[in-house]
Amino acid sequence: MIEQTGDKPFPKKSEGGLSRWFRRRSQTSDEITEDEFQFLTVRQLMWRKFARNRMAVASGVVLILLYIITIFAGFFAPYNAATARSAYSFGPPQTIRFYDEETGQFFLRPFVYRMKGERNMQTFQLEYQEDRSIRDHLHLFVRGDSYRLFGLIESDLHLFGTVDEGSQIYLLGADQRGRDLFSRILYGGQVSLSVGIIGVLITVALGSTIGTLSGYLGGTFDNVVQRLIETLRSFPQLPMWMALSAAIPPQWPPEWVYAGIVVVLAFINWTGLAREVRGLVLSLRQRDFIAAAEAAGASTPRIVRKHMIPNMASHIIVTATLAIPGTILGESALSFLGIGVRPPMVSWGLLLNEAIRIQVIALHPWTLYPGLFILITVIAYNFLGDGLRDMVDPFSR
Amino acid sequence: MLAFVVRRFFSMAITFILISIISFIIIQLPPGDVVSNFVRQQEAVSGTSLPAETAEMLRQRYGYGEPIYMQYLKWVAGFPSGNFGISVVYGDAEVADLIGRRIGLTLLLVGSTLVFSWALAIPFGIYAATHKNQLTDYLLSGFSFIGISVPDFLLAIIYLFIVVFVLKADYAGGLFSPQYMDAPWSWERFLDLLAHLPAPLIILGLGGMAGTFRIMRANLLDVLDQQFIEAARAKGLSERVVIYKHAARIAINPLISRLGLQLPILLSGAVIISIVLDLPTLGPPFLRALRDQDSFLAGTILLMLATMLLVGNFLADILLAWSDPRIQYD
Repeated sequence: MIEQTGDKPFPKKSEGGLSRWFRRRSQTSDEITEDEFQFLTVRQLMWRKFARNRMAVASGVVLILLYIITIFAGFFAPYNAATARSAYSFGPPQTIRFYDEETGQFFLRPFVYRMKGERNMQTFQLEYQEDRSIRDHLHLFVRGDSYRLFGLIESDLHLFGTVDEGSQIYLLGADQRGRDLFSRILYGGQVSLSVGIIGVLITVALGSTIGTLSGYLGGTFDNVVQRLIETLRSFPQLPMWMALSAAIPPQWPPEWVYAGIVVVLAFINWTGLAREVRGLVLSLRQRDFIAAAEAAGASTPRIVRKHMIPNMASHIIVTATLAIPGTILGESALSFLGIGVRPPMVSWGLLLNEAIRIQVIALHPWTLYPGLFILITVIAYNFLGDGLRDMVDPFSR
Repeated sequence: MLAFVVRRFFSMAITFILISIISFIIIQLPPGDVVSNFVRQQEAVSGTSLPAETAEMLRQRYGYGEPIYMQYLKWVAGFPSGNFGISVVYGDAEVADLIGRRIGLTLLLVGSTLVFSWALAIPFGIYAATHKNQLTDYLLSGFSFIGISVPDFLLAIIYLFIVVFVLKADYAGGLFSPQYMDAPWSWERFLDLLAHLPAPLIILGLGGMAGTFRIMRANLLDVLDQQFIEAARAKGLSERVVIYKHAARIAINPLISRLGLQLPILLSGAVIISIVLDLPTLGPPFLRALRDQDSFLAGTILLMLATMLLVGNFLADILLAWSDPRIQYD
């Protein structure tokens, strides 16, 4: 529709540079020298370029840690997501201590004070106090609630926990039914973090297939697809997601609902990738090596597989990485609004759903912790995607 | 130019038809029909059952039992006369009455957020670019990271938390004080609205503001490197004239194409923060309608949101074509 004359061959990367600020400060020490630039392979150059972006590396590490502790949530969480202790409804987080406040004695083994609840007769709220006469010491590798790793391996081993009768460890407080928020956040991460990855895999599969076909075949197919994409993109994203997700039948089991949400999220996302891939295919088709392959008699599937996809892979990976945080946020927003995943499944958005009532936020601010996890994940993905974007273009300096 | 506008307009009209079809299909996906829901709800409210003829008439009016394309056509046929169907959750109100006012407030919220975020982002961008690598530049750039990454609904919750927990204020949400909620427009009501607007404005505008700031800063830095700037300085123009009359003018131009990217994000954001903060825009009734399968209301709101975006993009394209003579209209 609108074309700019005198266009540069590649869009300028002025917008991205999320971490330019941090990079600029760390640039001096490990700048790639001219010699290295001459002799390193492309792969080595890419790796150096990525490693130079400190924030991206740090974010990568944070994300790997997050994924590990949520995959092994059963082990890292002291309780199961459903384990409720109604006597500790909306109980506050417990502080881990080394010094006994009463005697001033130091313990090498950390402990928490036993909590005792009392009903405030004015507000009728349960209020909790530390009972400083009882210390519950923390132990590593304790036996507790049984769980199944990957739904297969049964175990009851937990990284840490308390062993005494009547003791408990609630690192981030409890929700209304007295379930441990820390454990629930770890289990919720399984849904929230996997939605991003699976959703983006579907997006990539759909987007790159349709985009390639559309660019390569051209003609009517291309026109129809472009029109469809344009129409789908003329809806604002979130309302469209809300409408689609509300169409998921309420009687479905939670696993199906989860799958439905993933599909809904991918349903809009593929349009953007398809457009980009189409553009890439169109520009690659003009290149000499494609013409050479055609002249050598290579079939279309072979050209696409052997010549086009390798050339587009890095671009697709970057776009996909940058699409993950949006997908995670989409799931969180939907679950937060109560039209996403349903209990007994847990996700960060669903956990926040409890916090939305003003009374809850005011009296029990720890119910906002799931939001912190969403924030960390999204920021880390943004930095990582930014580092990857610079990495796939190793010759710019 | 005129030919471009006309062609762009027709393209918009075609997209509108496609949008209305898709809205209709999506909203009809869940099982159950509106008229039966409506009849049941009316019975629950009044205690007496609706006359059979009325229900039959409604069924006929909205093509119940006929093929889906007939239902669609019957729905669309009401558009020119302002009839978008009946709402179940809001009693027997007509959809058009329900959303008419809310459309205005949605537009007001989105429009003022846009103005507000640009009005701050551009001066900040200019400042950061002209003070490159100084402490204030670092601070602004660092702040803009946070702005880009914090999702708006989380920001709205954090805002609630601060108001209630830190400021200990008695927060009721909304865009109006209780006494002005349903009052007709007056000067006092307008002032009341202005007093309630800043918080949603900041929550909604922060992300876009940070993005616009970054682009403005980068654009201006690019422009400042060019030779005509050096020439302007060599002529002996004052630094103020060089920056504002020569460099900034050019650096702002590409921002206009950003309007089209910012609008859908703002509309999405307006929907969700309106739900969190209970603002009288299209957001809250949309969620309610979706939950209770109030098809006509949900479909109309989805259609309205998409239409706002469509018209917004249309205006942005025209603005872009008008502001940049290098653009070809074909």
